[in-house]
Amino acid sequence: MLSRVADTLYWMSRYLERAEHTARVMGVQLNLMLEQDPRSADRRWIRLLASLGHPDPVASASDPFALAQTYTSRQITSGITAARENARQVREQISSEMWEQVNRLFHEVKRMEAAGLSTAQPVDFLGFIVENSHQFQGVTDSTMNHGEGWQFIQVGRFMERTSATARLLDLYFREFTHPESQPVDSSEHMEWIGLLRSCTAFEAYCKVYTADLRPDRVAEFLLLNNEFPHSVRFASDRMQQSLEAIHLIASSKRTAQVAKLAGRLRAGLIFTPLEEIVAGLADFCSGIQQQCARIHAALYEVYITYSIEAALQP
Amino acid sequence: MAAPAFDEQQFTSEALSKYQLNGAYDEMFFAEGQPRPHYRGLHELLCRLPAEEMRRKKQTADVSFLHQGITFTVYGREEGTERIFPHDLLPRIITSAEWETIERGLTQRITALNLFLKDIYNEGRCLADNIVPREMVYSCKHFRRQMRGVAVPKNTYVSVMGTDLVRLPDGRFVVLEDNLRVPSGVSYMLTSRQVMKRIFPELFRNAGVRSIDHYPEALLTTLRSLSPEGRHEPNIVLLTPGVYNSAYFEHTYLARQMGIELVEGRDLVVHDNIVYMRTTGGLRRVDVVYRRVDDDFIDPLAFRSDSTLGVPGMFNAYRAGNVSLVNALGTGVADDKAIYAYVPRIIRYFLGEDPILENVETYVMTDAAERKHVLDHLQEFVVKAVGESGGYGMLIGPHSTAEQREEFRRHIEADPRNYIAQPTLLLSRAPCLVDGRVEPRHVDLRPYILCGDQVTIVPGGLTRVALRRGSLVVNSSQGGGSKDTWVLH
Repeated sequence: MLSRVADTLYWMSRYLERAEHTARVMGVQLNLMLEQDPRSADRRWIRLLASLGHPDPVASASDPFALAQTYTSRQITSGITAARENARQVREQISSEMWEQVNRLFHEVKRMEAAGLSTAQPVDFLGFIVENSHQFQGVTDSTMNHGEGWQFIQVGRFMERTSATARLLDLYFREFTHPESQPVDSSEHMEWIGLLRSCTAFEAYCKVYTADLRPDRVAEFLLLNNEFPHSVRFASDRMQQSLEAIHLIASSKRTAQVAKLAGRLRAGLIFTPLEEIVAGLADFCSGIQQQCARIHAALYEVYITYSIEAALQP
Repeated sequence: MAAPAFDEQQFTSEALSKYQLNGAYDEMFFAEGQPRPHYRGLHELLCRLPAEEMRRKKQTADVSFLHQGITFTVYGREEGTERIFPHDLLPRIITSAEWETIERGLTQRITALNLFLKDIYNEGRCLADNIVPREMVYSCKHFRRQMRGVAVPKNTYVSVMGTDLVRLPDGRFVVLEDNLRVPSGVSYMLTSRQVMKRIFPELFRNAGVRSIDHYPEALLTTLRSLSPEGRHEPNIVLLTPGVYNSAYFEHTYLARQMGIELVEGRDLVVHDNIVYMRTTGGLRRVDVVYRRVDDDFIDPLAFRSDSTLGVPGMFNAYRAGNVSLVNALGTGVADDKAIYAYVPRIIRYFLGEDPILENVETYVMTDAAERKHVLDHLQEFVVKAVGESGGYGMLIGPHSTAEQREEFRRHIEADPRNYIAQPTLLLSRAPCLVDGRVEPRHVDLRPYILCGDQVTIVPGGLTRVALRRGSLVVNSSQGGGSKDTWVLH
């Protein structure tokens, strides 16, 4: 397929996943703050902002909560807008159901923004985003041909998910002292629930480990569980599968590069012993983010922004 | 096709009660209340069908168009948004005898135009013999001197042409203008036919209408036939300016129907005078470009340097013969309304034949005598800017104010090369469904002519309607609409 189209589909997908993640994280935090210690509120909002990529949340605001509100609402709106604009550019490549869904979502978000609903009724607004993002994914899976275009959409979605989850975990584990194989004390209890809920993982975690929250188990679940859709392992599995599929369809000589990097990320998640991960968890998580960045760069170099000389080499 | 006998007085419908003839040729009636033989089926249906049924059919049609996303963008309005193309339900019907003449006339015309274009970009015999004034050609904005001496496949410069025909009060079809630069409307023609088959299946079946669905196939064959020599299985693409272009729907539609890739300038790259397409699987060579981008924008190195729609180096690849562009560059000369005035002479000179389809009487403003005559009688003429399309830059004498006429007088005197004038024509009228009633509206006809190894003309074309009562302007951008055109077997 045209490189431009692959690029457009990939980013449409990433922007939507990002908007969904932002909405979920924010929604969870708003819900938790009702029962949490207000004295540590600022710290929590700063952590949230850092996890969502805000460059300098500590220095930026006297009121982290207000900053978090405006920042996330802006991220979500611009993400949905960008996703819709991308969809429009490649409307012929996606199904009409997909277009209708993202277009409708866009118009609704604009309407809600204009009516001030993102600040007045944030929970409703954020819930709406998550729900419609899920709907878009469902519509995509059932109405679009699972060909090259669909695979690029999957790569975008799972790349974003891997990165965002790793970054979230990174920040949580930096803040709380080294996780040990002991249950958390009551003050931290809510934080871990928050983390799990931010990845829609609380119920699934409980099914596997019971409601006994231990940091090392949370790390194991969110990093290594191969069945839970929001775990880093699952996302990297899917990313690799899609990259393999693209490699088979696009058949370029240089795709080995991309496959190697994706395989390496996955292998790290399969074979690194849990104790080793837990001992240096922050580093492990930032390592994942770096690998994602490298895979993204390789993806672009091989399929999209390659130079003519590289392409015409025998 | 004889309609069953019926008692006219009993069945003349409310819908047709206000249908009045004037001096214009009426497509359906040859006299008050008397339909032409080929329109009897439709007339009988109009008399028989209750208003409610007709309304329902219209609704079905509208929904169908909406779902298919058949839209266009109207410039000059605040929204600049997409609107559903206004479509009139009643078909415009042409007999096979009438069509046969049109077909021969258009074939003759495109053949002559190709010979003309080859000549002016090479030996220039017709200029030396003063068939067309040299300065008229060279002063044409669309004459591309870069094309001098450039060889084009099969000497075919214009492969896709949309010629606008109108019918005079005496029933003759004449050529109003030729459109050689990206003529649009084909997608409306094809999709409205699909909708009509669904809405009027009985009428369709009984009438015996010639099919048009082979257009995309014929276009693809034409494009393939113009591929550079020796390219086995040529890679054909459709070059579009992108999503913001008013005809974008048509570009995606045709690309999909033909099964070719839809590309924008930024998808293409030229290396060593070969055009490639950037794909995830690497660079793929491009052989034929069906370009819906104007000459000016196609290559910032050869033409407008501020263009972002084109491909740097495209022209060199073209000149080297490594890629074919359809239509060729420089065909806009024959699009110029002043050059149009000379086409009858062009036909006689190159083919030694009289034109089968005549031109509308045209006055070129560069001629002092003709200019004076027109300026003295501006109220009776339609004045057009030579390079415009879409009904812009036009003065309709009888419908104009003194102020508008004064403005045009100034324009003409300042830049006579840029204007032509034609007497106001009484275009033929066809029955249209207006507010639940059947009323006559002015129409024209735009058949689409393809020229590759041979000339192919899909029967019919787009019939455009001036939807406002009494209006003579049929262009979609000015609020016109369209009808399905039926050519009978």
